[in-house]
Amino acid sequence: MITVENVQKSFTLHNQGSAVIPVMVGATLTGKPGECVALVGASGAGKSTLMRMVYGNYRIASGSIRVDRTDLATAVPREILALRRHTLGYVSQFLRVVPRVPTRDVVSEPLLAVGVDRKTAEARAVEVLTRLNIPERLWPRSPTTFSGGEQQRVNIARGFAHRYPAMLLDEPTASLDAGNRDTVLTLIEEAKAAGVAILGIFHDADARARVCDREVDVSAFTPERAA
Amino acid sequence: MTVSSAEHLPEPAAEIPLHQGREEGTAMTPLLQAAGVSKFYGQRIGCADVSFDLWPGEVMGIVGESGSGKSTLLNCLAGHQSPDAGAVRFDTRDRGLIDTVTMSEPERRMLPRTDWAFVHQHARAGLRMDRVEIAAARIDDRPSAFSGGMQQRLQIARNLVTGPRLIFMDEPTGGLDVSVQARLLDLMRGLVREMDLSAIIVTHDLAVVRLLADRLMVMKDGHVVETGLTDQVLDDPQHAYTQLLVASVLQV
Repeated sequence: MITVENVQKSFTLHNQGSAVIPVMVGATLTGKPGECVALVGASGAGKSTLMRMVYGNYRIASGSIRVDRTDLATAVPREILALRRHTLGYVSQFLRVVPRVPTRDVVSEPLLAVGVDRKTAEARAVEVLTRLNIPERLWPRSPTTFSGGEQQRVNIARGFAHRYPAMLLDEPTASLDAGNRDTVLTLIEEAKAAGVAILGIFHDADARARVCDREVDVSAFTPERAA
Repeated sequence: MTVSSAEHLPEPAAEIPLHQGREEGTAMTPLLQAAGVSKFYGQRIGCADVSFDLWPGEVMGIVGESGSGKSTLLNCLAGHQSPDAGAVRFDTRDRGLIDTVTMSEPERRMLPRTDWAFVHQHARAGLRMDRVEIAAARIDDRPSAFSGGMQQRLQIARNLVTGPRLIFMDEPTGGLDVSVQARLLDLMRGLVREMDLSAIIVTHDLAVVRLLADRLMVMKDGHVVETGLTDQVLDDPQHAYTQLLVASVLQV
Protein backbone atom coordinates (compact mmCIF):
# COMPACT_ATOMS: atom_id res chain seq x y z
CA MET A 1 0.00 0.00 0.00
CA ILE A 2 2.82 2.40 0.91
CA THR A 3 6.22 1.98 -0.72
CA VAL A 4 9.13 4.35 -0.19
CA GLU A 5 12.18 3.67 -2.36
CA ASN A 6 15.55 5.34 -2.15
CA VAL A 7 14.13 8.78 -1.43
CA GLN A 8 16.37 11.80 -1.24
CA LYS A 9 15.53 15.27 -0.02
CA SER A 10 17.30 18.53 0.57
CA PHE A 11 16.20 22.09 1.21
CA THR A 12 17.72 25.00 -0.69
CA LEU A 13 17.49 28.30 1.15
CA HIS A 14 17.71 30.90 -1.62
CA ASN A 15 17.54 33.85 0.71
CA GLN A 16 20.29 32.60 2.98
CA GLY A 17 23.17 32.38 0.54
CA SER A 18 21.52 29.50 -1.34
CA ALA A 19 22.53 27.10 1.42
CA VAL A 20 21.67 23.52 0.52
CA ILE A 21 20.72 21.40 3.50
CA PRO A 22 20.52 17.67 2.80
CA VAL A 23 17.90 16.11 5.08
CA MET A 24 17.36 12.62 3.77
CA VAL A 25 19.14 10.05 1.67
CA GLY A 26 18.25 6.50 0.68
CA ALA A 27 14.95 6.34 2.59
CA THR A 28 13.26 3.01 1.93
CA LEU A 29 10.30 1.33 3.62
CA THR A 30 7.01 -0.43 2.97
CA GLY A 31 3.64 -0.51 4.70
CA LYS A 32 1.18 -3.29 3.96
CA PRO A 33 -2.59 -3.26 4.45
CA GLY A 34 -3.45 -3.98 8.09
CA GLU A 35 0.03 -3.09 9.23
CA CYS A 36 1.17 -0.22 11.43
CA VAL A 37 4.77 0.86 10.88
CA ALA A 38 6.38 3.20 13.42
CA LEU A 39 8.89 5.81 12.30
CA VAL A 40 11.46 6.17 15.09
CA GLY A 41 14.62 8.19 15.58
CA ALA A 42 15.76 11.22 17.55
CA SER A 43 14.26 14.65 17.05
CA GLY A 44 15.51 16.07 13.76
CA ALA A 45 16.19 12.64 12.26
CA GLY A 46 13.52 13.32 9.62
CA LYS A 47 10.44 11.40 10.79
CA SER A 48 8.05 14.25 10.01
CA THR A 49 9.89 15.15 6.82
CA LEU A 50 9.47 11.62 5.53
CA MET A 51 5.82 11.57 6.54
CA ARG A 52 5.22 14.90 4.79
CA MET A 53 6.80 13.54 1.62
CA VAL A 54 4.49 10.53 1.73
CA TYR A 55 1.55 12.95 1.98
CA GLY A 56 2.85 15.01 -0.95
CA ASN A 57 3.34 18.02 1.29
CA TYR A 58 7.11 18.12 0.64
CA ARG A 59 8.54 17.56 -2.80
CA ILE A 60 10.66 14.49 -3.42
CA ALA A 61 14.08 15.25 -4.92
CA SER A 62 14.71 11.72 -6.17
CA GLY A 63 13.49 8.20 -5.58
CA SER A 64 9.82 7.21 -5.47
CA ILE A 65 6.98 7.05 -2.98
CA ARG A 66 3.94 5.04 -3.95
CA VAL A 67 0.65 5.06 -2.13
CA ASP A 68 -1.88 2.75 -3.74
CA ARG A 69 -1.23 3.38 -7.44
CA THR A 70 -0.03 6.96 -7.17
CA ASP A 71 3.65 7.89 -7.33
CA LEU A 72 3.97 11.04 -5.22
CA ALA A 73 7.28 11.95 -6.88
CA THR A 74 5.70 12.36 -10.32
CA ALA A 75 1.98 12.89 -9.64
CA VAL A 76 0.31 16.10 -10.78
CA PRO A 77 -1.64 18.12 -8.19
CA ARG A 78 -5.02 16.71 -9.09
CA GLU A 79 -3.79 13.14 -8.67
CA ILE A 80 -2.44 13.98 -5.21
CA LEU A 81 -5.71 15.73 -4.34
CA ALA A 82 -7.70 12.66 -5.38
CA LEU A 83 -5.35 10.43 -3.37
CA ARG A 84 -5.80 12.59 -0.27
CA ARG A 85 -9.53 12.77 -0.68
CA HIS A 86 -10.16 9.07 -1.10
CA THR A 87 -7.18 7.01 -0.08
CA LEU A 88 -4.69 8.70 2.20
CA GLY A 89 -5.64 10.24 5.54
CA TYR A 90 -3.32 12.37 7.64
CA VAL A 91 -3.65 13.26 11.31
CA SER A 92 -1.13 16.04 11.88
CA GLN A 93 -0.20 17.55 15.21
CA PHE A 94 -1.92 20.78 14.34
CA LEU A 95 -5.52 21.51 13.55
CA ARG A 96 -5.86 23.79 10.54
CA VAL A 97 -9.45 24.79 9.81
CA VAL A 98 -11.51 27.74 8.67
CA PRO A 99 -12.22 29.74 11.83
CA ARG A 100 -15.77 29.76 13.22
CA VAL A 101 -16.80 26.53 11.51
CA PRO A 102 -18.58 24.20 13.98
CA THR A 103 -16.70 21.11 15.12
CA ARG A 104 -19.41 18.84 13.75
CA ASP A 105 -18.90 20.31 10.27
CA VAL A 106 -15.11 20.15 10.56
CA VAL A 107 -15.34 16.41 11.26
CA SER A 108 -17.99 15.68 8.58
CA GLU A 109 -16.09 17.52 5.85
CA PRO A 110 -13.86 14.62 4.69
CA LEU A 111 -17.01 12.52 4.24
CA LEU A 112 -18.87 15.23 2.31
CA ALA A 113 -15.79 15.55 0.10
CA VAL A 114 -16.11 11.94 -1.04
CA GLY A 115 -19.80 12.33 -1.77
CA VAL A 116 -21.42 10.99 1.42
CA ASP A 117 -24.75 12.74 2.05
CA ARG A 118 -24.86 15.32 4.83
CA LYS A 119 -27.08 13.30 7.17
CA THR A 120 -24.89 10.21 7.07
CA ALA A 121 -21.73 12.30 7.34
CA GLU A 122 -23.01 14.15 10.40
CA ALA A 123 -24.14 10.95 12.07
CA ARG A 124 -20.70 9.50 11.52
CA ALA A 125 -19.03 12.69 12.82
CA VAL A 126 -21.15 12.61 15.97
CA GLU A 127 -20.25 8.97 16.50
CA VAL A 128 -16.49 9.57 16.34
CA LEU A 129 -16.72 12.74 18.46
CA THR A 130 -18.66 10.82 21.09
CA ARG A 131 -16.10 8.05 21.18
CA LEU A 132 -13.34 10.62 21.62
CA ASN A 133 -15.20 12.25 24.54
CA ILE A 134 -15.82 15.61 22.89
CA PRO A 135 -18.94 16.71 24.82
CA GLU A 136 -22.05 17.47 22.80
CA ARG A 137 -22.11 21.12 23.95
CA LEU A 138 -18.87 21.66 22.00
CA TRP A 139 -20.13 20.26 18.67
CA PRO A 140 -21.70 23.52 17.48
CA ARG A 141 -18.57 25.48 18.44
CA SER A 142 -15.41 26.04 16.45
CA PRO A 143 -12.48 23.87 17.57
CA THR A 144 -10.13 26.87 17.27
CA THR A 145 -11.23 27.89 20.76
CA PHE A 146 -10.67 24.44 22.30
CA SER A 147 -7.87 23.27 24.56
CA GLY A 148 -4.85 21.55 23.02
CA GLY A 149 -6.04 18.07 23.91
CA GLU A 150 -9.53 18.76 22.59
CA GLN A 151 -8.17 20.13 19.33
CA GLN A 152 -6.06 17.05 18.92
CA ARG A 153 -9.06 14.80 19.43
CA VAL A 154 -11.06 16.79 16.87
CA ASN A 155 -8.15 16.32 14.47
CA ILE A 156 -8.21 12.59 15.14
CA ALA A 157 -12.00 12.45 14.72
CA ARG A 158 -11.59 14.20 11.37
CA GLY A 159 -8.91 11.72 10.34
CA PHE A 160 -10.95 8.68 11.32
CA ALA A 161 -14.38 9.84 10.08
CA HIS A 162 -13.76 8.54 6.57
CA ARG A 163 -12.18 5.10 6.36
CA TYR A 164 -9.06 5.81 4.32
CA PRO A 165 -7.20 2.71 3.09
CA ALA A 166 -3.91 4.32 4.18
CA MET A 167 -3.19 6.68 7.08
CA LEU A 168 -0.37 8.82 8.40
CA LEU A 169 -0.44 9.59 12.12
CA ASP A 170 1.89 12.22 13.58
CA GLU A 171 1.93 11.72 17.36
CA PRO A 172 -1.78 11.01 17.70
CA THR A 173 -1.57 10.32 21.44
CA ALA A 174 0.80 13.14 22.41
CA SER A 175 -1.30 15.32 24.73
CA LEU A 176 -4.08 12.92 25.69
CA ASP A 177 -5.08 11.55 29.08
CA ALA A 178 -5.10 7.79 29.70
CA GLY A 179 -8.75 7.27 28.74
CA ASN A 180 -8.58 9.17 25.47
CA ARG A 181 -5.23 7.65 24.65
CA ASP A 182 -6.80 4.23 24.97
CA THR A 183 -9.68 5.24 22.67
CA VAL A 184 -7.24 6.46 20.00
CA LEU A 185 -5.20 3.26 20.20
CA THR A 186 -8.42 1.27 19.88
CA LEU A 187 -9.37 3.29 16.78
CA ILE A 188 -5.96 2.46 15.33
CA GLU A 189 -6.42 -1.25 16.14
CA GLU A 190 -9.84 -1.22 14.47
CA ALA A 191 -8.42 0.47 11.38
CA LYS A 192 -5.69 -2.16 11.18
CA ALA A 193 -8.27 -4.93 11.51
CA ALA A 194 -10.16 -3.34 8.61
CA GLY A 195 -7.01 -3.52 6.48
CA VAL A 196 -5.74 0.05 6.72
CA ALA A 197 -2.01 0.57 6.16
CA ILE A 198 -0.67 2.96 8.80
CA LEU A 199 2.56 4.92 9.12
CA GLY A 200 2.93 6.52 12.53
CA ILE A 201 5.16 8.62 14.74
CA PHE A 202 4.71 7.79 18.42
CA HIS A 203 7.01 9.06 21.13
CA ASP A 204 4.98 6.99 23.58
CA ALA A 205 6.85 3.65 23.64
CA ASP A 206 3.93 1.74 25.22
CA ALA A 207 1.56 2.97 22.51
CA ARG A 208 4.08 1.89 19.90
CA ALA A 209 4.39 -1.55 21.48
CA ARG A 210 0.61 -1.92 21.50
CA VAL A 211 -0.30 -0.92 17.93
CA CYS A 212 2.85 -1.05 15.81
CA ASP A 213 4.01 -4.19 14.03
CA ARG A 214 7.42 -2.86 13.02
CA GLU A 215 9.74 0.04 13.56
CA VAL A 216 11.78 1.85 10.93
CA ASP A 217 14.67 3.90 12.29
CA VAL A 218 14.73 7.06 10.23
CA SER A 219 18.20 8.06 11.47
CA ALA A 220 19.55 5.47 9.03
CA PHE A 221 18.40 7.89 6.31
CA THR A 222 19.86 11.00 7.92
CA PRO A 223 22.62 12.27 5.60
CA GLU A 224 25.31 12.77 8.28
CA ARG A 225 25.18 9.13 9.25
CA ALA A 226 24.79 7.78 5.76
CA ALA A 227 27.75 9.75 4.46
CA MET B 1 -13.29 -5.46 19.30
CA THR B 2 -12.88 -6.29 15.64
CA VAL B 3 -16.50 -7.33 15.29
CA SER B 4 -17.83 -4.08 16.69
CA SER B 5 -15.39 -2.13 14.58
CA ALA B 6 -17.02 -3.45 11.44
CA GLU B 7 -20.21 -1.76 12.59
CA HIS B 8 -18.52 1.43 13.65
CA LEU B 9 -16.32 1.93 10.66
CA PRO B 10 -17.73 0.87 7.32
CA GLU B 11 -15.43 -0.77 4.81
CA PRO B 12 -14.45 1.71 2.14
CA ALA B 13 -15.38 -0.59 -0.70
CA ALA B 14 -18.82 -1.26 0.72
CA GLU B 15 -20.10 2.16 1.63
CA ILE B 16 -17.75 4.72 0.18
CA PRO B 17 -16.84 3.80 -3.38
CA LEU B 18 -13.38 4.98 -4.32
CA HIS B 19 -12.95 7.41 -7.19
CA GLN B 20 -16.66 7.87 -7.48
CA GLY B 21 -16.60 11.65 -7.64
CA ARG B 22 -16.92 13.13 -11.07
CA GLU B 23 -14.91 16.13 -10.02
CA GLU B 24 -11.44 14.67 -9.89
CA GLY B 25 -9.34 12.04 -11.48
CA THR B 26 -12.03 10.96 -13.88
CA ALA B 27 -12.60 14.07 -15.97
CA MET B 28 -10.74 13.88 -19.26
CA THR B 29 -11.12 17.48 -20.33
CA PRO B 30 -9.92 20.48 -18.36
CA LEU B 31 -12.60 23.09 -17.70
CA LEU B 32 -10.24 25.93 -18.53
CA GLN B 33 -6.96 25.78 -20.37
CA ALA B 34 -4.58 28.71 -20.58
CA ALA B 35 -1.84 28.39 -23.20
CA GLY B 36 0.88 31.01 -23.42
CA VAL B 37 -1.34 33.86 -22.27
CA SER B 38 0.52 37.17 -22.51
CA LYS B 39 -0.54 40.78 -22.11
CA PHE B 40 1.65 43.83 -22.56
CA TYR B 41 1.08 47.44 -21.70
CA GLY B 42 3.41 49.04 -24.21
CA GLN B 43 6.87 48.03 -23.16
CA ARG B 44 5.72 46.81 -19.79
CA ILE B 45 4.79 43.19 -19.17
CA GLY B 46 1.32 42.59 -17.75
CA CYS B 47 1.65 38.84 -17.72
CA ALA B 48 3.85 36.66 -19.88
CA ASP B 49 3.45 33.15 -21.26
CA VAL B 50 1.09 31.76 -18.63
CA SER B 51 -0.11 28.20 -19.19
CA PHE B 52 -2.13 25.86 -16.98
CA ASP B 53 -5.06 23.44 -16.96
CA LEU B 54 -7.87 23.93 -14.47
CA TRP B 55 -9.89 20.76 -13.86
CA PRO B 56 -13.54 20.57 -12.85
CA GLY B 57 -13.98 21.00 -9.10
CA GLU B 58 -10.54 22.56 -8.60
CA VAL B 59 -9.84 25.82 -6.83
CA MET B 60 -6.70 27.56 -7.97
CA GLY B 61 -5.15 30.49 -6.12
CA ILE B 62 -2.95 33.11 -7.76
CA VAL B 63 -0.69 35.00 -5.38
CA GLY B 64 1.97 37.63 -5.82
CA GLU B 65 2.67 41.19 -4.77
CA SER B 66 0.92 44.24 -6.21
CA GLY B 67 1.86 44.69 -9.85
CA SER B 68 2.87 41.06 -10.32
CA GLY B 69 0.26 40.65 -13.04
CA LYS B 70 -2.25 38.52 -11.19
CA SER B 71 -5.24 40.77 -11.85
CA THR B 72 -4.20 41.27 -15.48
CA LEU B 73 -4.08 37.51 -15.87
CA LEU B 74 -7.47 37.08 -14.22
CA ASN B 75 -8.98 39.71 -16.50
CA CYS B 76 -7.50 38.01 -19.56
CA LEU B 77 -8.88 34.65 -18.44
CA ALA B 78 -12.33 36.09 -17.75
CA GLY B 79 -12.48 37.97 -21.06
CA HIS B 80 -12.38 41.44 -19.52
CA GLN B 81 -9.12 42.14 -21.30
CA SER B 82 -7.95 40.52 -24.48
CA PRO B 83 -4.52 38.93 -24.31
CA ASP B 84 -1.88 39.94 -26.87
CA ALA B 85 -0.85 36.33 -27.32
CA GLY B 86 -1.99 32.89 -26.29
CA ALA B 87 -5.27 31.05 -25.96
CA VAL B 88 -7.83 30.69 -23.17
CA ARG B 89 -9.84 27.57 -23.93
CA PHE B 90 -13.05 26.85 -22.08
CA ASP B 91 -14.91 23.54 -22.09
CA THR B 92 -18.21 24.77 -23.51
CA ARG B 93 -21.33 22.71 -22.93
CA ASP B 94 -22.06 22.09 -26.60
CA ARG B 95 -18.75 22.30 -28.46
CA GLY B 96 -16.07 21.24 -25.96
CA LEU B 97 -12.83 23.20 -25.61
CA ILE B 98 -13.07 26.49 -27.53
CA ASP B 99 -10.64 29.40 -27.48
CA THR B 100 -12.53 32.28 -25.88
CA VAL B 101 -10.11 34.82 -27.34
CA THR B 102 -11.08 34.00 -30.91
CA MET B 103 -14.67 32.84 -30.45
CA SER B 104 -17.49 34.94 -31.86
CA GLU B 105 -18.52 38.01 -29.95
CA PRO B 106 -22.08 36.80 -29.17
CA GLU B 107 -20.65 33.51 -27.93
CA ARG B 108 -18.12 35.22 -25.70
CA ARG B 109 -20.76 37.53 -24.32
CA MET B 110 -22.87 34.54 -23.34
CA LEU B 111 -20.22 33.01 -21.07
CA PRO B 112 -20.41 35.55 -18.24
CA ARG B 113 -24.19 35.18 -18.28
CA THR B 114 -24.20 31.42 -18.09
CA ASP B 115 -21.11 29.41 -17.23
CA TRP B 116 -18.92 32.08 -15.66
CA ALA B 117 -19.19 34.26 -12.61
CA PHE B 118 -16.93 37.08 -11.50
CA VAL B 119 -16.65 38.23 -7.92
CA HIS B 120 -15.04 41.65 -7.62
CA GLN B 121 -12.95 42.88 -4.76
CA HIS B 122 -15.29 45.77 -4.26
CA ALA B 123 -18.70 44.24 -3.86
CA ARG B 124 -20.47 47.36 -4.95
CA ALA B 125 -18.67 47.39 -8.28
CA GLY B 126 -19.93 43.87 -8.87
CA LEU B 127 -23.41 44.65 -7.70
CA ARG B 128 -23.81 47.81 -9.69
CA MET B 129 -22.13 46.59 -12.82
CA ASP B 130 -24.58 43.80 -13.38
CA ARG B 131 -27.72 45.70 -12.37
CA VAL B 132 -28.66 43.66 -9.42
CA GLU B 133 -32.24 43.98 -8.30
CA ILE B 134 -31.48 46.08 -5.32
CA ALA B 135 -32.72 49.63 -5.42
CA ALA B 136 -29.76 51.64 -6.61
CA ALA B 137 -30.77 54.32 -4.17
CA ARG B 138 -30.18 51.97 -1.29
CA ILE B 139 -26.64 51.28 -2.25
CA ASP B 140 -25.78 54.81 -3.31
CA ASP B 141 -27.54 56.73 -0.63
CA ARG B 142 -27.02 54.55 2.36
CA PRO B 143 -23.91 52.44 1.94
CA SER B 144 -24.03 51.69 5.63
CA ALA B 145 -27.28 49.80 5.21
CA PHE B 146 -25.32 46.79 4.08
CA SER B 147 -22.10 45.79 5.74
CA GLY B 148 -19.09 45.02 3.55
CA GLY B 149 -19.34 41.32 4.28
CA MET B 150 -23.06 41.31 3.60
CA GLN B 151 -22.46 43.00 0.28
CA GLN B 152 -19.80 40.50 -0.61
CA ARG B 153 -22.08 37.59 0.20
CA LEU B 154 -24.84 39.24 -1.76
CA GLN B 155 -22.52 39.60 -4.70
CA ILE B 156 -21.49 35.96 -4.55
CA ALA B 157 -25.08 34.80 -4.14
CA ARG B 158 -26.31 36.72 -7.15
CA ASN B 159 -23.37 35.47 -9.17
CA LEU B 160 -24.47 31.92 -8.52
CA VAL B 161 -28.02 32.37 -9.73
CA THR B 162 -27.08 31.48 -13.30
CA GLY B 163 -25.57 28.16 -12.12
CA PRO B 164 -22.02 28.88 -13.28
CA ARG B 165 -19.32 26.24 -13.57
CA LEU B 166 -16.37 28.56 -13.17
CA ILE B 167 -16.04 31.48 -10.81
CA PHE B 168 -13.33 34.14 -10.98
CA MET B 169 -12.60 35.98 -7.75
CA ASP B 170 -10.47 39.09 -7.37
CA GLU B 171 -9.41 39.56 -3.74
CA PRO B 172 -12.75 38.27 -2.44
CA THR B 173 -11.82 38.84 1.20
CA GLY B 174 -9.85 42.05 0.62
CA GLY B 175 -10.87 44.89 2.86
CA LEU B 176 -13.24 42.78 4.91
CA ASP B 177 -13.22 42.45 8.65
CA VAL B 178 -11.34 39.33 9.77
CA SER B 179 -14.46 37.96 11.43
CA VAL B 180 -16.41 38.30 8.19
CA GLN B 181 -13.57 36.77 6.16
CA ALA B 182 -13.88 33.48 8.02
CA ARG B 183 -17.60 33.16 7.32
CA LEU B 184 -17.05 34.06 3.69
CA LEU B 185 -14.32 31.42 3.37
CA ASP B 186 -16.60 28.77 4.81
CA LEU B 187 -19.41 29.85 2.48
CA MET B 188 -17.13 29.63 -0.55
CA ARG B 189 -15.78 26.22 0.42
CA GLY B 190 -19.28 24.86 0.80
CA LEU B 191 -20.41 26.35 -2.53
CA VAL B 192 -17.45 24.91 -4.40
CA ARG B 193 -18.20 21.46 -2.99
CA GLU B 194 -21.97 21.46 -3.24
CA MET B 195 -22.31 23.15 -6.62
CA ASP B 196 -19.26 21.42 -8.06
CA LEU B 197 -17.74 24.75 -9.01
CA SER B 198 -14.23 25.47 -10.14
CA ALA B 199 -12.67 28.71 -9.07
CA ILE B 200 -9.69 30.94 -9.75
CA ILE B 201 -8.93 33.22 -6.85
CA VAL B 202 -6.54 36.14 -6.98
CA THR B 203 -5.36 37.27 -3.58
CA HIS B 204 -2.28 38.38 -1.73
CA ASP B 205 -3.43 36.65 1.45
CA LEU B 206 -1.57 33.36 1.91
CA ALA B 207 -3.84 32.31 4.77
CA VAL B 208 -6.85 32.58 2.47
CA VAL B 209 -5.31 30.42 -0.25
CA ARG B 210 -4.18 27.82 2.28
CA LEU B 211 -7.74 27.30 3.42
CA LEU B 212 -9.46 27.73 0.08
CA ALA B 213 -7.24 26.76 -2.84
CA ASP B 214 -6.23 23.26 -3.94
CA ARG B 215 -3.51 24.59 -6.17
CA LEU B 216 -1.37 27.67 -6.16
CA MET B 217 0.36 29.78 -8.78
CA VAL B 218 2.95 32.32 -7.64
CA MET B 219 3.53 35.33 -9.90
CA LYS B 220 6.32 37.88 -9.97
CA ASP B 221 6.82 40.62 -12.56
CA GLY B 222 4.23 39.08 -14.86
CA HIS B 223 5.79 35.63 -14.83
CA VAL B 224 4.67 32.47 -13.07
CA VAL B 225 7.62 31.51 -10.87
CA GLU B 226 6.13 28.49 -9.11
CA THR B 227 3.05 26.28 -9.24
CA GLY B 228 1.89 23.22 -7.33
CA LEU B 229 -0.35 21.95 -4.56
CA THR B 230 -1.10 24.83 -2.22
CA ASP B 231 0.37 23.26 0.90
CA GLN B 232 3.40 22.04 -1.05
CA VAL B 233 4.17 25.50 -2.40
CA LEU B 234 3.68 27.12 1.01
CA ASP B 235 5.50 24.50 3.10
CA ASP B 236 8.28 23.55 0.69
CA PRO B 237 8.72 26.58 -1.59
CA GLN B 238 11.34 26.10 -4.29
CA HIS B 239 11.69 29.54 -5.82
CA ALA B 240 13.58 32.32 -4.05
CA TYR B 241 10.63 34.69 -4.36
CA THR B 242 8.15 32.18 -2.92
CA GLN B 243 10.51 31.51 -0.03
CA LEU B 244 10.67 35.23 0.64
CA LEU B 245 6.88 35.53 0.40
CA VAL B 246 6.26 32.67 2.82
CA ALA B 247 8.95 33.85 5.23
CA SER B 248 7.44 37.32 5.31
CA VAL B 249 4.06 36.31 6.72
CA LEU B 250 3.43 37.53 10.23
CA GLN B 251 2.50 34.75 12.62
CA VAL B 252 -0.59 35.45 14.69
